[in-house]
Amino acid sequence: MTSLRTLVARRFGMIAYVLVLIGGAVLFLLPFLWMVSTSLKEPGQTHVFPPQLIPHPPRWRNYLEAWTALPFNLYLRNTLIITGLSIVGQTITASLVAFGFARLRFWGRNVLFICVLATMMVPAQVTMVPMFLVFKALGWVDTFLPLIVPGFCGGSALFIFLLRQYIMTIPHELDDAAKIDGCGWFGIYSRIIMPQIKPALSCVAIFSFMSHWNDFMGPLIYLNSETKKTLSLGLRILQQSMVYTEMHYLMAASILTLLPCLAIFFFAQRYFISGVALTGIKE
Amino acid sequence: MENLAGYLFISPWIIGFLLFGLFPFLSSFLLSFCRWDIITPTQFVGLDNYARILVREGIDSRLFRKSLTNTVYYSSLAVPLGMIGGISIALLLNKPQRIMRVFRTIYYLPAVTSGVAVALLWAWLFNADFGLINSFLRKFGIIGPAWLESQEWAIPALVIMGLWGVGGSMVIYLAGLQSIPKHLYEVADIDGASGFRKLIHVTLPMLSPTIFFTLIGGIIASFQVFVPAYVMTRGGPGNATLFYVLNLYFNAFEYFRMGHACALAWILFVIILVLTLIQFKLAKRWVYYAGELRT
Repeated sequence: MTSLRTLVARRFGMIAYVLVLIGGAVLFLLPFLWMVSTSLKEPGQTHVFPPQLIPHPPRWRNYLEAWTALPFNLYLRNTLIITGLSIVGQTITASLVAFGFARLRFWGRNVLFICVLATMMVPAQVTMVPMFLVFKALGWVDTFLPLIVPGFCGGSALFIFLLRQYIMTIPHELDDAAKIDGCGWFGIYSRIIMPQIKPALSCVAIFSFMSHWNDFMGPLIYLNSETKKTLSLGLRILQQSMVYTEMHYLMAASILTLLPCLAIFFFAQRYFISGVALTGIKE
Repeated sequence: MENLAGYLFISPWIIGFLLFGLFPFLSSFLLSFCRWDIITPTQFVGLDNYARILVREGIDSRLFRKSLTNTVYYSSLAVPLGMIGGISIALLLNKPQRIMRVFRTIYYLPAVTSGVAVALLWAWLFNADFGLINSFLRKFGIIGPAWLESQEWAIPALVIMGLWGVGGSMVIYLAGLQSIPKHLYEVADIDGASGFRKLIHVTLPMLSPTIFFTLIGGIIASFQVFVPAYVMTRGGPGNATLFYVLNLYFNAFEYFRMGHACALAWILFVIILVLTLIQFKLAKRWVYYAGELRT
């Protein structure tokens, strides 16, 4: 029999638990709220104490003014080109390579697959300098090519690994049936495997989007002219060109660049969370 | 036939591996023994770059030691706190109720944002006079530290910012928790184990492969922090946030000391490799492999 005391203790524990959950959620959401609140303030309102959390009246014009303070439309176009082509390149070539490793038997396959995994161990900084020199020799510096072309070479080791694991879980029966019907390897890849790995491909596409959309170091190294810059470089320029008190513009522009990431998260949450759990990638 | 088809399928990767993997990897090694500023011809200098960094007293060795100390300090705060935070939230949210999905989304949300926008947001949150954090503290009569403008508080501030994205590892822990067989808890209940003992003797050992996985990934990622330090502090104040990769970037792309930067990169590579191997060695003592390792 449970005594009154344990019942009270249990109820109390339950309340404490819910309070911790809600408190944590508020803490995690506050930075977003602060961002939105700042982005809607009048120019003089940002640097006051105590801060006004709900700006009155909200100044929606900040978004338009921040966006037009710099050629953000151009930055958006550039970012879309780089991100879009990278997604296409990474999903297509990573799936081709993953299919090769998962389904075909060829000489040296296991050694080569270990090489794929080994490349994950090498920090990008090790190859950063010679890569720059290669692209410089090719005359590709200050073009989008250094940011896009590597994506067409198998995407990334992680994506190859993820897709290979996924393809390995698909039974061979359909492959064999297709083979009897005279389907070649490419036919098996495009007609049998591709339709079945859509969830994993979506996951790869989402992570590809996130990493290119937010990439800062790549564009920082390779893109110099004003007309080639991306959104993250644009934000950085905005930060440097703003005077200290123009925080409302900076936050408005930041929100606009984060919106696509948040939107994709809300629409594709399923792929997101299963993908993160599957691979352990965080960003 | 299958050989040829196989190579055709993986040919994009082979080209990429040779061009953007193996070739830069080896040439970065060779370059680390050279002096090169892109304009004047390359000059072989033997171990000079390494000697400047590791042995000879001077600006290079001082900046190397400073950046390495900063990075290790950041890592030693960010990795354990991130793991404790991630596991705690995962434990809190590992309940069947539907409402947990809402909380999971909220806690995960910051992890989908990254890059410059987030760095700008946190620079503003940490603003010494009008940022949300110090304004909040001031309401209670506490004068908060200058955060990013203070040598002492700049790195802890970046750690706090990193913890905001703890949802990323939380999801991995949640997946780990959900794969623990229920019967283990039933047995523990029969033995009369308390909630705390179940945590210590069932949950954590069963979760240890996942913890190991995030530990390795977390250490590697923390050694490569760049964007926050570049955008928020540019290594300041007084080199207090000069992280390893920031130092490397400055040498390569602002001072154009390509050979020096390659030597730094190779030292980083060896450090990460050794740390990872040590982790694997130590793992035998605490990682419990009854369940399979989830990758």
